[in-house]
Amino acid sequence: MKFTLNWLKAHLETEATLDEVVEALTRVGLEVESVENPGEKLAAFRVAKVLTAERHPQADKLQVLTVDTGEGAPLQVVCGAPNARAGLVGVLGLPGAVVPANGMQLKVAAVRGVESNGMMCSTRELELGDDHDGIIELPADAPIGTSFPDYAGLNDAVIDVSITPNRQDCMGVRGIARDLAAAGLGTLRPLDVDPVPTSGAGPEVRIEAPDGCPAYFGQTVSGVTNGASPDWMQQRLKAIGQRPISALVDITNYVMIDLGRPLHVYDKAKLSGALVVRKAKPGEQVLALNEKTYTLDESVTVIADANGVHDIGGIMGGEDTGVSETTTDVVIECAYFDPDHIAKTGQKLNLTSDARSRFERGVDPAFLEDGIAIAARYVVDLCGGSASEVTRAGTPPRVGITTGYDPALAETLGGLAIPVARQKDILERLGFTVEALDANGDPTDLARFEDLRVTAPSWRRDIDGPADLVEEVIRIEGIDKVPSTPLDRLPGVARPTATPEQKLERKLRRTAAARGFHEAVTWSFLSEAEAAPFGGGAWRLANPISEDMKVMRPSLLPGLFAAAERNRKRGASGVRLFEIGRRYLADKERLTLAVVLAGDRSPRGWQGGKAQGFGAFDAKAEALALLEAAGAPVANLQVMGEAGDVYHPGQSATLRLGPKTVLAAFGVVHPSVLKAFDLDGDVAAVEIYLDALPAKRGGTGFMRPAYVPPALQAVTRDFAFLVPADLTAGDLVRTIKGADKAAIVDARLFDIFTGTGVPEGQKSLAVEVTLQPGEKSFTDAELKAVADKVVAAAAKLGASLRG
Amino acid sequence: MTTDLEQLRSDLLASIDAAAGLDAVEALRVHALGKQGAITGLLKTLGGMSPEERQEQGPRIHGLREAVTAALAERKTSLERLALDARLAAETLDMTLPVDSVPAGSVHPVSQVMDELAEIFADLGFAVATGPEIEDDWHNFTALNIPESHPARAMHDTFYFPPEADGTQKHLLRTHTSPVQIRTMVKDKPPIRIIAPGRVYRSDSDATHTPMFHQIEGLVIDKGITLGHLKWTLETFLKAFFERDDIVLRLRPSYFPFTEPSAEVDVGYSVVNGKRVIGGSEGWMEVLGSGMVHPKVIAACGLDPNEWQGFAFGTGVDRLAMLKYGMDDLRAFFDGDLRWLRHYGFSALDVPTLSGGVGA
Repeated sequence: MKFTLNWLKAHLETEATLDEVVEALTRVGLEVESVENPGEKLAAFRVAKVLTAERHPQADKLQVLTVDTGEGAPLQVVCGAPNARAGLVGVLGLPGAVVPANGMQLKVAAVRGVESNGMMCSTRELELGDDHDGIIELPADAPIGTSFPDYAGLNDAVIDVSITPNRQDCMGVRGIARDLAAAGLGTLRPLDVDPVPTSGAGPEVRIEAPDGCPAYFGQTVSGVTNGASPDWMQQRLKAIGQRPISALVDITNYVMIDLGRPLHVYDKAKLSGALVVRKAKPGEQVLALNEKTYTLDESVTVIADANGVHDIGGIMGGEDTGVSETTTDVVIECAYFDPDHIAKTGQKLNLTSDARSRFERGVDPAFLEDGIAIAARYVVDLCGGSASEVTRAGTPPRVGITTGYDPALAETLGGLAIPVARQKDILERLGFTVEALDANGDPTDLARFEDLRVTAPSWRRDIDGPADLVEEVIRIEGIDKVPSTPLDRLPGVARPTATPEQKLERKLRRTAAARGFHEAVTWSFLSEAEAAPFGGGAWRLANPISEDMKVMRPSLLPGLFAAAERNRKRGASGVRLFEIGRRYLADKERLTLAVVLAGDRSPRGWQGGKAQGFGAFDAKAEALALLEAAGAPVANLQVMGEAGDVYHPGQSATLRLGPKTVLAAFGVVHPSVLKAFDLDGDVAAVEIYLDALPAKRGGTGFMRPAYVPPALQAVTRDFAFLVPADLTAGDLVRTIKGADKAAIVDARLFDIFTGTGVPEGQKSLAVEVTLQPGEKSFTDAELKAVADKVVAAAAKLGASLRG
Repeated sequence: MTTDLEQLRSDLLASIDAAAGLDAVEALRVHALGKQGAITGLLKTLGGMSPEERQEQGPRIHGLREAVTAALAERKTSLERLALDARLAAETLDMTLPVDSVPAGSVHPVSQVMDELAEIFADLGFAVATGPEIEDDWHNFTALNIPESHPARAMHDTFYFPPEADGTQKHLLRTHTSPVQIRTMVKDKPPIRIIAPGRVYRSDSDATHTPMFHQIEGLVIDKGITLGHLKWTLETFLKAFFERDDIVLRLRPSYFPFTEPSAEVDVGYSVVNGKRVIGGSEGWMEVLGSGMVHPKVIAACGLDPNEWQGFAFGTGVDRLAMLKYGMDDLRAFFDGDLRWLRHYGFSALDVPTLSGGVGA
């Protein structure tokens, strides 16, 4: 919402400076976005008169002027404008002035051998318009020597404030003035309504859709002349970036910005029959003033006549019935449109307008009478004509609640003690009525009241309870006065607050970072194509920002693959990334850790030789290390298949706790997936499903079990078995471990061999078995018995001891 | 006899001294002290001597044996030392050769700042709460006093999922962390002190806006909580976060549907070497939205607004990170660029603590 300081002062009688106004605006909650004085950059330009104009002796297209600057002797100025001539009053830039359009500083200089002491300027040079055909021509009576911005009324700061959605009353300059007056910055001037004399019946209006438009006031003005609006109005509109169009259009815009009261004006000659406020028919179309055609449905409230729709009620008028320079009779519309209807229609049609932004916040429903009177006064004053009586169809809603208010709330909710009398004063300055009542509900004075009843003004639709009144008194009294009050603190040091899930996340994050992975945060949304290899996304946005960000990620890997690819393209040789975040599945958002290893595992080097890529066992090592850090029972996990289509079918696995609970998947990524992400070389990945991890078991204290080291040293025995080629090492080792649970505490595969000495279809697996004696050392017989059990157990898997 | 012994001693010692290797030393030992050795032979003669003669010759011969034994040992040690030196000299490596580097990882600034915030607010008694990112309309808007067609809904640039079969618009991506307030108040009994960090989404994209970003929400519900407590909490938090005592806040009355009164919070900055640094009051930067929880919101959660009141605030985690650590482009946060992560990321061991200072 833009306005100028002088415009504000039309409503606010004040001695305040611009800085004081700006400070007060921000203080009361009208955030100032910018302040700009368009006159500042023109301060060095003044009104000047060309006395003589002679042909330049050296150039056909130049003239040598003598210019009266209002003081001292006339100056000699060289000028190339075709309209420069004796008698012209224009704008002169003196040496030292900076031309706004090009930043050039003027100085005394010879132009083709003739001294020039300044520059006569065009509109474009001063950034006041696009005209560059010649220099500015001012009226002959413009006072010579005056500062041009003063003359042109440009020395008026433009203030842009951002209005929060609750303050529709401040979408008019007067509302802003009222807030500032309440804040002690001056006095609100009375509103000059001054209705015009009326005669004859007003326009015929019928409301058939009172839910969308409960009240519609109309008034005809006949015999108008729609020329240009007066300079003062044009200046104000131009200053805030509105293009003056014609007096009638400018009046509607001016009243809307001045008083927050949107209006519409129809060319009566283009209307046929009564104005009907009704719902649009499905498929009905209207060509709006923005020259776009909108197709409507029955949820939209429109203003129509016998010929069709002429106005998308409260949002935008129609092109067909708009006023033009030939308009002679007009109908002024001053209606109340229901805010919810306007918001829904605006959203549905994706149509924004200054009128919509006011109606959807809710204009003052008690201002229709004054609004149309003021509009008619402007029309008659600026365009002539005579006004009909006002047609008043429907009844505007009553706005402005009455509520009991305990003034102690200013302190108990707002944190600032404010005397009751001061609170009453603030509220009344804002237009509220405050009644002090005694126990019987009769009026009394502020020293003795039992109940304070506050009624909000009709323009404060946002006020709906005592908390709102607290905000009003606090913001006007000054929110900065609220003293800081420490929160109560429980005695002692702070208690731990993190949940087990948060602690798990933190531990894993720092473990992964310590293991050499960089944490990435990638988008939660993907393209359909990126999600496809992961089973597609269960959640598809209805209004994605782009096709690349359309579905919620079913996995963290696509985002990391894409990041890995970008890094590879930027020249990174090895990429080790991880992310902790949610996967968005149909049933739930699941916290997940994903790791991607791409490019070189280690670069070529004098020790290791060629660069090494990442393999499935790198992924497995990370999976196990991270699960270990997460407190998962790593020793009990089973390595199983079905890691999914994303992985190499033969070089991937899942880690499970029991056959069903999948804690992690890892492996080398499937080449077709890599191709889709434009990644080269082998890429390994790990996914850890944090929500599948078993909760840390009970145990409240910190005490650990007693330390009991074994009395005797463990012994190891090696076994080499010939086994069928398809037997997994995991199965063999697990079977061996189970062969004698009392004695065997560990078994570890340390060699795999195929080739000479190993029959076709078999392989040799060598396992180191650790045996832990109890009270006494093992005897040879006991050792042999354990060995026999190991061999027997392995035999069940088709393994035979290698000779 | 005496002369012979002297001659033998000097011959042997000279030979030992000249022995070129351990083998030569051993040969000399055999030659002098072996079964057939010269000194062994002399020792054997002691048995055939008269007591007087033995008294005279015994110490001499034994002296010779000890001297030769010592000389042999010394020579052996010295030769072994030389051999070791020679071996080590042959084993010399070029110690300027490079070693394999262990990959160093990092923690993302957003995670680090969230940990910092959790640490600070834990000290103030705030627990960390979470909620779903795919929210429903009620939690994200309606319960927060943003009814349908409220202009504030339009401000949120909401990402929606397709309507349900019955045409109602149920699911959306949460536009703020405020729905966690609702979930907490519905679930827990007051008094409540929580912070709720997480991802939020708005359909917006430029250098300072990304369609996904991170917010942190704070909520206190108790008896007798006022705007003054809110002010103190924010001051305390920002002073702890930026680890500066010259943090100046400016509250500006504002509007959020779910708070009343509402205030936007600016923090003062100073300009140091052309960069804005938080602290001082040369200018103001908006950092937080806040206010007293609206009675309608408290009531929507099933609590009695006449009994319970409190405050809520929200701010951008990414923005806090930028203000503290100096990044200037939000989009880079979500790119996964290793160069950026190395530059702005944190070591795994930079765990924020109150005793060590939360910043790193």
